[in-house]
Amino acid sequence: MTIKELPKEEYLLKGHAACAGCGPAISLRLLFKALGNRIIMVVPACCTTVIQGPYPFTSSAVPLQNILFESTGAAASGITAALHQRELDDITVVGWAGDGGTVDIGIQALSGAAERGTNFIYICYDNEAYGNTGMQRSGATPYGAWTTTTPTGKRERKKDMPMIMAAHKIPYVATACTSYPLDFVNKLRKAKAIEGTKYIHLLAPCPTGWRYDTGKTIEMGRLAVQSGLWVLYEIENGKFKLSSPSDRLIDKSKRKPIKEYFASQGRFRGLKDEDVEKIQKWVDEDWEQYRNLMSNSASDLTLYGKI
Amino acid sequence: MAQMIIDTANHIAGYAARAARVKVVAAYPITPQTTVVEKIADFVENKQMDAEYIRVESEHSAMVACIGAAATGVRTFTATSAHGLALMHEALHWASGSRLPIVMAVVNRAMGAPWSIWPDLSDSLSQRDTGWIQFYCADNQEVFDSVIQAYKLCENEHVFLPAMVCLEGFILSHTYAPAKIPDQEKIDAFLPEYKCGWTLDVNHPYSHANLVSPEWYMEFRYMIQEAMENAKRLIPQIDREYGNRFGHKYGGLIEKYRCDDADLIMLTMGTMGSDAKLAVDKLRKGGQKVGVARVRVYRPFPVEEIKKLAGQARMLTTIDRHISFGMEGFLAAETKASLYNQRERPLVAGFIAGLGGRDVTSETIQKIAKKSLKSMSAGKVEKETEWVDLRE
Repeated sequence: MTIKELPKEEYLLKGHAACAGCGPAISLRLLFKALGNRIIMVVPACCTTVIQGPYPFTSSAVPLQNILFESTGAAASGITAALHQRELDDITVVGWAGDGGTVDIGIQALSGAAERGTNFIYICYDNEAYGNTGMQRSGATPYGAWTTTTPTGKRERKKDMPMIMAAHKIPYVATACTSYPLDFVNKLRKAKAIEGTKYIHLLAPCPTGWRYDTGKTIEMGRLAVQSGLWVLYEIENGKFKLSSPSDRLIDKSKRKPIKEYFASQGRFRGLKDEDVEKIQKWVDEDWEQYRNLMSNSASDLTLYGKI
Repeated sequence: MAQMIIDTANHIAGYAARAARVKVVAAYPITPQTTVVEKIADFVENKQMDAEYIRVESEHSAMVACIGAAATGVRTFTATSAHGLALMHEALHWASGSRLPIVMAVVNRAMGAPWSIWPDLSDSLSQRDTGWIQFYCADNQEVFDSVIQAYKLCENEHVFLPAMVCLEGFILSHTYAPAKIPDQEKIDAFLPEYKCGWTLDVNHPYSHANLVSPEWYMEFRYMIQEAMENAKRLIPQIDREYGNRFGHKYGGLIEKYRCDDADLIMLTMGTMGSDAKLAVDKLRKGGQKVGVARVRVYRPFPVEEIKKLAGQARMLTTIDRHISFGMEGFLAAETKASLYNQRERPLVAGFIAGLGGRDVTSETIQKIAKKSLKSMSAGKVEKETEWVDLRE
């Protein structure tokens, strides 16, 4: 598929309240195009609370249930159960939550929904901090990043949420990035066709929080992927597979230096050379893990057999 | 034919959920609620109930799953106790604010710390301001009847609010007593198909519960207050209609016993209302003109009924199985609040009894009545709040 083949219909309406250059808003528009309008959105407290606009307006042309911060997974379970009772199983239920609402406060309800096999797609749109409340640190904030609650840089690593979801042995886990729209659309469409819990972790650059020019959102996401800091992959029934363009980056020499990524954003201004070295070591370790997963998946042994 | 069963109030709550043709149940286990949801799980798995049973990972998720299901157009039920209810607190506000007619059995249990599994009303009364209607039951039959009545009320277009049906742990929850389960067709005739003010509908897409500015928020709150006032009007009607069809009536908002000529009326809630009746009979035999009024519905609070009682008695005594620390029991506080603007007010004395499952027998209540009668003769209340049977 090409960009031109995407549906013309717009279900994210004009006049929404996202910041200029908002990565999540770009991806939300694509999500609607990928999944169509026979969907029910479940949205906890997050930037999309604001993006959709205040009562009596909305920028969503599909039904959207706003729900408590920590409870997206639980709401989706209730909605899918009711749809099943009403014999409306063809409607797709979509959880759309930020990183705080997913990896921190919402992890319990999400884990519960996944363990119960709730038939829905959950997308964590990850801008690596609590954006809606003014950029406080979350469990998804990367090491070294400035946030309003880590003014000298975060001292802990980013939580590996997609792998936590893979440990639930759900049928589909994928990573995505705002800067690779077709990859995201294809993954959504694949997820829609699968029965059970589907989890997509979307890196969604945020000019307001990451401190870069609003015109550079796509560039930021590309740099994250090209430097190997954010890796695009799928785990389908336990089979791990790198997605393009991450697949060719298994060769370390093809990856851009991570320094370039850090230099492009104000939030990493405090990062020292030794921090960059430390992060590079972690990135290399992560890639070793992906290499192992690939070789496991190539044999009969799936990732789920390993966990 | 209606069926007579002998079972625990918890199981009977499960029977009521089935009789109401609930479509989605989401629940998490907690003592002493567990046997409610075990009964429902049994019904669902043995195909005696056509419902989805979502085995959630917490009470917070139980309430949110009910919110999601109710918003998607089906009747929902859950049950919890004490800490489970407290964990739901935020979601309780979301349910009433969303105007969803969810019904929940609350099996009353004392709050920790320290741990207690025994009953008092501090769990549900702590949720007073969440916008939920609250029924308090005195026996197993009333649990069944109140669940059915609650759906009838909550799904009324002038109400559209959620309701708790409260029953005290162990005293009712695990005690076998007879109850009549009416014919399903008769229940269906009384309680029509699920109705809600709105649903998540792909053909009519809206954003629900999105951000509301100060320009509108107060109006949404006022509508909940109006719905509560409507509920106050409708509860006695529904109770009468139910009584005419099925033979049990509970006085609507407040159940009165020998109040008509009483000098002293004791106000109670829950099972203490039954024990108080025995106490009243004994005191009456001794020549004391005593009555008891059981507040069956605590939210909306029966202000007008309390005023009426105040108009006919020389003294009101409240017995709270609850304490609002730093003040007094809610029943005491709200009884007094109801009467403040009355030109003539009786004396009001407050007693705290039965916290954490301490027995409140008819003897305890007789003791309270005798103390109250003394205050009445003296024309003044020495102590605003007195703790009953407290260790020295």
